Amino acid sequence: MADVALRPDGIGTAQPARKRSGLQKALKRRSTAAFLMTLPLIILIALLVIYPAFYSLHLATLNKSMQKFVGLGNFEFLFRRDTFWLVVKQSCIFAITAVVFKALIGFIVAHFVHNIPAKGQRKWRGMLLVPWVIPPAMSTLAWLWLFDPSYSAFNYTLSFFGIGPIPWTGDAAWARFSVILVNVWYGAPFFMIMYLAALKSVPDQLYEAAAIDGANWWQRIWYVTLPMMRNIIAITTLFSLIVTFANFDIVRILTAGGPLDHTHIFATWAFRIGIEGSDIPLGASVSLFMVPILAVAAIFILRDVNKRGNEA
Amino acid sequence: MSSVTIDKAAPTRTVKYGSMSRDRKWALRWSYFFLTLFAIFSLLPPIYMLITSLKSSAEISAATNPWWVFHPTLENYVGLLTSNQFLRFFWNSALVSIFVVTITMLISVPAAFALARMRFWGSATLATGVFLTYLIPDSLLFIPLFKVFALFGDWTGIQLINRWYVLLFIYPTLTVPFCTWIMIGYFASIPKELDEAAIIDGASWFQTLTRIFIPVALPGLIAATIFAFTVSWAQFLYPLVFTTSTDQLVLPVGIITTLIKGDVFNWGQIMTGALLGAAPPLIIYAFLMDYYIAGLTAGATKG
Repeated sequence: MADVALRPDGIGTAQPARKRSGLQKALKRRSTAAFLMTLPLIILIALLVIYPAFYSLHLATLNKSMQKFVGLGNFEFLFRRDTFWLVVKQSCIFAITAVVFKALIGFIVAHFVHNIPAKGQRKWRGMLLVPWVIPPAMSTLAWLWLFDPSYSAFNYTLSFFGIGPIPWTGDAAWARFSVILVNVWYGAPFFMIMYLAALKSVPDQLYEAAAIDGANWWQRIWYVTLPMMRNIIAITTLFSLIVTFANFDIVRILTAGGPLDHTHIFATWAFRIGIEGSDIPLGASVSLFMVPILAVAAIFILRDVNKRGNEA
Repeated sequence: MSSVTIDKAAPTRTVKYGSMSRDRKWALRWSYFFLTLFAIFSLLPPIYMLITSLKSSAEISAATNPWWVFHPTLENYVGLLTSNQFLRFFWNSALVSIFVVTITMLISVPAAFALARMRFWGSATLATGVFLTYLIPDSLLFIPLFKVFALFGDWTGIQLINRWYVLLFIYPTLTVPFCTWIMIGYFASIPKELDEAAIIDGASWFQTLTRIFIPVALPGLIAATIFAFTVSWAQFLYPLVFTTSTDQLVLPVGIITTLIKGDVFNWGQIMTGALLGAAPPLIIYAFLMDYYIAGLTAGATKG
């Protein structure tokens, strides 16, 4: 402190002028440098994210051969198709059910991990996070094989309990169940890790105080844990909602939308129409229907993120 | 009055103590029980991959107990690792991932530094924008991007579609926003005194970045690198859309399009391929679990 106070006096009178021009130069250099450093990022986002996003709005207004402007014709066509409404319904069922179960299982497992002595937690956490680490395309293949119509290992095991062969991917209701099951298997570890981090950040004193006041375990969760974790729960759920809503890999590999389009969600149906059916404008219109839900989730996430930023 | 309450409280207290420790013991047993169940659920598919990969196709089609290997064989591994096609997929995946990680780091580290430290016009908006980009999923962009690259090919004559290197342009849209975002968090947590000291000592901005920020934020850098690698290794939708020739495919798409021929599923080889494809992320995870988890949680907790 003393050094800083002394230095200007020691250096003398010739300093101010040089210092200001140096400062100006530094300022100039600083903003140019900062701009140059962010330029690749800006170019990348502008060219490969923002431009395509708006381009898909344009694409959605063209006819199949992309030569004629049809306005909202593609959307009109979609609204008149039953398959479209089926896809809307399935996307919502898929995303909401999967996220709810992921959140519940993640919450429960996080509590169990938090419950055991700290020494063993690492090992358990390591094992439980494996589903999240394996590329989903690879692990879905393993599930596909577990669900195989004639060699299913699950049906083999269940047959000992007298439960007849289950058509895991062959029947509409079971196929929906299977797709959700795999998604929950893949996503629950993410929730577990997030909640575990949040649980660790809850001060022990709060639980001690609650215990002294005679709170039972349920009251401790309801009045201490949940309010303290509210932010993390909200952000994790919204994140997961976006990712699950936009899911492609699992449905594509497990059922490819079948049987009879009964497991198609927006992403897989857009792929089927836009790439496989080479009707790019219609495919673009289908995937645009993800935007409203993503936007709502994004607004809430952003609100939470900014709130957290202000608190810090 | 007070003496009465103390007398009454004393015996119940001791009883409660005993029951609490017993409760605790039972809670622990239940925790282990359920954790074991969940661990079995989590590890079932990878273990089943391993079991199947050790079986010959004769054993698989004989429909014996699927959970046990009666005649372990490495023929699936030998078959895949000597097949040029599979090695090509592996090589393509490795090449794409390594390049994408490099590109991502080169773009996101300087950008995060500028956004975290050198406040300039619009920097706060840009930081929020980066975060929003991270929320835009691949399944929204694949159709317009496909068209954009097709048009680019028509205009310039440079055909990028169906070349593995087209993925080098596309994958950064997935990795850069998140990596920039977590690096902003790590850089912002570095005390200002540190870089002020460096500036006073006459360091340029570039030197401050390479000599102070990168070494101090190394854990964050490792976490971001792991994230970028895992994402580019696991990505499935973009390579499925953009590449079709067998010599241009990356591993996940390669396994699915070449090992599944019509209705014939060569499950022994598919599971071996899936296990080998899952191996690099799993190995990284086994050795760098803490960084992996740091990167995972940083996304939401640092935001």
